[in-house]
Amino acid sequence: MKILFAITLLLISIASYGDKVVHKEKSLYRNIVVTEQAGKRCLVFSIKLQERNQTCVDINDPTHIVFAYVRMIFAGLLVNPEPTRGLMIGMGGGTISSVLTGIYPNLTMDLVEVDAAVVKVATDYFGFRKTPQIDVHVTDGRVFARRALRRKEKYDLIILDAFTGEYIPEHLMTVEFLENIKSLLTPGGIVIANTFAGSSLYDHESVTYSAVFGPLFSLKMPGTGNRVIVASTVDLPDRETLMANAMMLKPNFEQYKIDLRKYVPNMNRDPDWKTDKRLLTDQYAPANLLRGH
Amino acid sequence: MPIKRRITNWTVLTLAFTSGFIIMSIELLGGRVLAPYFGSSIYVWGSIITVFMVALSFGYLIGGHLSLQTPRLSKYGFFFVAAAITAVPTILFGDALMDWVFLRFEDPRYGSLLAAMLLFFVPTAILGMIAPYSVRLLVEETHESGRVAGGLYFISTLGSALGTLLTSFYFVLLFEINEILVTMVIALVCCFLIAIVVDRKVETKLGPKV
Repeated sequence: MKILFAITLLLISIASYGDKVVHKEKSLYRNIVVTEQAGKRCLVFSIKLQERNQTCVDINDPTHIVFAYVRMIFAGLLVNPEPTRGLMIGMGGGTISSVLTGIYPNLTMDLVEVDAAVVKVATDYFGFRKTPQIDVHVTDGRVFARRALRRKEKYDLIILDAFTGEYIPEHLMTVEFLENIKSLLTPGGIVIANTFAGSSLYDHESVTYSAVFGPLFSLKMPGTGNRVIVASTVDLPDRETLMANAMMLKPNFEQYKIDLRKYVPNMNRDPDWKTDKRLLTDQYAPANLLRGH
Repeated sequence: MPIKRRITNWTVLTLAFTSGFIIMSIELLGGRVLAPYFGSSIYVWGSIITVFMVALSFGYLIGGHLSLQTPRLSKYGFFFVAAAITAVPTILFGDALMDWVFLRFEDPRYGSLLAAMLLFFVPTAILGMIAPYSVRLLVEETHESGRVAGGLYFISTLGSALGTLLTSFYFVLLFEINEILVTMVIALVCCFLIAIVVDRKVETKLGPKV
């Protein structure tokens, strides 16, 4: 018994080695843990500390964008470099919306987050600030999108980032939901979605997005488990246009030490997925099960 | 135990198992059905579970009352076919109905509660009537009524467990929601037919003389 206890203690201390827990909170949906390690403060959605970090900020340098996938989401702007009205589903630490509204003074954004505790933690620990440019809505992304469609709202930039490492809201990964999102886009409006690179879900997800949007940019970078999808309501720009846009945005992203040019060669428009995979619909949406396959 | 009695008991237990299976399978799919309109937040599950619990409790009450009047396997079968028939509009008009609710209720909590009520209350209540009626068909002597009821709950709740497991682990991976629901409706109609056929074969009134 004593040995068992000692082993448990040892395992716990190994698991949390180096991570200082700053804040812990049980929300309606998950356990939220804020950790600090090596100058980075991270938001973790799990009981176990070794699970994937949801978002991280550099404590000493807030302009340092720690996560590769966040930088990859910014690369989506190469398809529509001057957004004015944005919608983001899933807020994480709030970094993305803060950076975007900082770069674009004319950009207003609706930020949709299902979990009120995430908004609170983002505010208390990740420096998220509501500004006149940002509206936060605590509601389900699907419900918000449906209501927005009824209000005939239009966005030229929609970012979908509602997936944690361990759970995917399945009703946010179906043809019907994406049709709803597409109807919210202005002509030339774009959707940027943070998705998974691995598992057979990759194929299903790709097939589903291309069924709704047609050709996509699929952006993967070495060393990340993420794939960012960029789709538009109009024809996708060619590589020269992307490069030109990257040059144009260079001064805006300089303070964040991001050079969007490096993403252009990896923005792939040829399907590298199995195109015969089953579509995800409201009738068939076992995304979490497919991920394990 | 006479052979006819044994046949009747096995039929009742099999059908009660199936109804337990179907109740939980539909309840699980209910979350999926509501999600496109009301999200998959905790209150959507709260709505579904509430509606199923209330429907079942009224079902138990009504089923118990109905069991007073000359209980028979053929009448028992009608619960199954009634549940099947009332589940059909849920499949056919579910989206139109949820659209209607969505337009009128801004708050997704009450929207999902009302939608769950309209979609699932009636068939679930009818399925709930099966449990007390099963007890009535199975009980012969008062002193064994507790044991019989225990055995019945054992079987039907195991059915519910299996329905939950198979639906959430495998069915949703293989089939569309409506395909599963239609299969459930067909299974209910089969239960009805089995009850009718067995009733014909046995041709005796069941239970103690009232």
